[in-house]
Amino acid sequence: MDWTALGLSLRLGVLTVALLLPVAFLLARWLAYGRFRGRGFVEALVALPLILPPTVVGFYLLHAFGRGSPIGAAFEGLLGHPLVFSFEGLVLASVLVNLPFAVQPMQNALAAIPTSVRDAARCCGLSPLAAIRRIELPLALPGIATGAVLTFAHTLGEFGVVLMVGGSIPGETRTIAIAIYDRVQAFDEPAAATMALVLLVMAVAALGISNTLARRAARRD
Amino acid sequence: MHRTLALLAACLFAATAAESAAQPSPVIAAASDLQFALDEILTQFKSDTGVAVRVTYGSSGNFARQIEQGAPFELFLSADESFVFALAERKLTRDRGALYAVGRIVLFTPAGSPLTPDPRLEHLARRLADGSSGRIAIANPEHAPYGRAAQQALHSLGLWAALQPHVVLGENVSQAAQFAASGNADGGIVAYSLAIAPALRDRGRYALIPDSLHEPIRQRMVLTRQASPEAVRLYEYLRTPASRAILARYGFVAPEA
Repeated sequence: MDWTALGLSLRLGVLTVALLLPVAFLLARWLAYGRFRGRGFVEALVALPLILPPTVVGFYLLHAFGRGSPIGAAFEGLLGHPLVFSFEGLVLASVLVNLPFAVQPMQNALAAIPTSVRDAARCCGLSPLAAIRRIELPLALPGIATGAVLTFAHTLGEFGVVLMVGGSIPGETRTIAIAIYDRVQAFDEPAAATMALVLLVMAVAALGISNTLARRAARRD
Repeated sequence: MHRTLALLAACLFAATAAESAAQPSPVIAAASDLQFALDEILTQFKSDTGVAVRVTYGSSGNFARQIEQGAPFELFLSADESFVFALAERKLTRDRGALYAVGRIVLFTPAGSPLTPDPRLEHLARRLADGSSGRIAIANPEHAPYGRAAQQALHSLGLWAALQPHVVLGENVSQAAQFAASGNADGGIVAYSLAIAPALRDRGRYALIPDSLHEPIRQRMVLTRQASPEAVRLYEYLRTPASRAILARYGFVAPEA
């Protein structure tokens, strides 16, 4: 059992959720309430990581964050080391790849809030910020929680993108999913089996939590 | 609920962050044929010097590409010297490194396989001819030196074309060995160092393939530009008789001079 890898995956999951949720909420809100041309295009763009092979995402990230790219060079100047093959690079990749997992449940939850409720809030003199805080956030909470759970679980399981931009460096980019792959190649079946079981249990727990939240949301309607 | 969640997140973060604050240890990349031999050397290195090393095993070609792209490896143990020279030419290494071993390949067959290993792959040739051959695993010759050696040996024996429909490619030689050892392939042409490691020895049989059938697998290591003093120490340690003895025990031939 590779505890460092598990710790790294958990840290990656927590950071991804913390960084992604605020951005995803604003994006979800824009998509749920905004009336603008090209909304379908933006929605498709957000959903892209769901259907693209991870190797395609990894390939583009490698080029977008790599040494030759402006983003890669800027980060290297800032951090003193390249963005690819570093934990920071994994966090950035993870935030991008998880966009649909966070945005879609939130967008659905926000869209489900009746227009009359939002109109009433505005009529009662709530500022847009207060309306978000007192109406939208509480009502969309199950969707937000589902987005967080799915993002966290998906981060633990991400393999292809991490393999391409991470490089399996212990304590830096070797996540638990990569550690399982490495252990199998090292003929260490017991360790691979333990880690696979840990991921299985976590995935089942995540689905259980998100289903419970969805049911609770449905009951409230 | 918000507060509990926040607290939980904070605890998780603190717990995992504390772990990474431990003393930095050099990060090295090693060809996967070294999987078992190097682990043993690193254990010895740690008890002798107190320095823990973080090692990643994989295919030499992939590591060379990653080092070019800025991967933070301090020492690179390649299974092939051409990758080291290519990096040296691009000024990514300190020098042209040092030869540390010469590798050999074997045909490994798992217990219960219908294939019998022999040095010149005669049984394999017969099974290919009568159409009864199953899958044979090798490492990807495009970027894995052991895969390239396997391909050369099969070429020398005139079997490469006939084997095409039966070949399965591992990402590196360790994965190819795993395909064979798990019984999912009839056999595999893999590193001798893996076939005689305790993890594989009991899972099947092997025959050493004559090294006249392929170009020598000259394994070279090199310190990269970002090598720390600890990595330099390991580099020196790998050239001591103690390390050489461990490598020899795993079937590596000592490089001349």
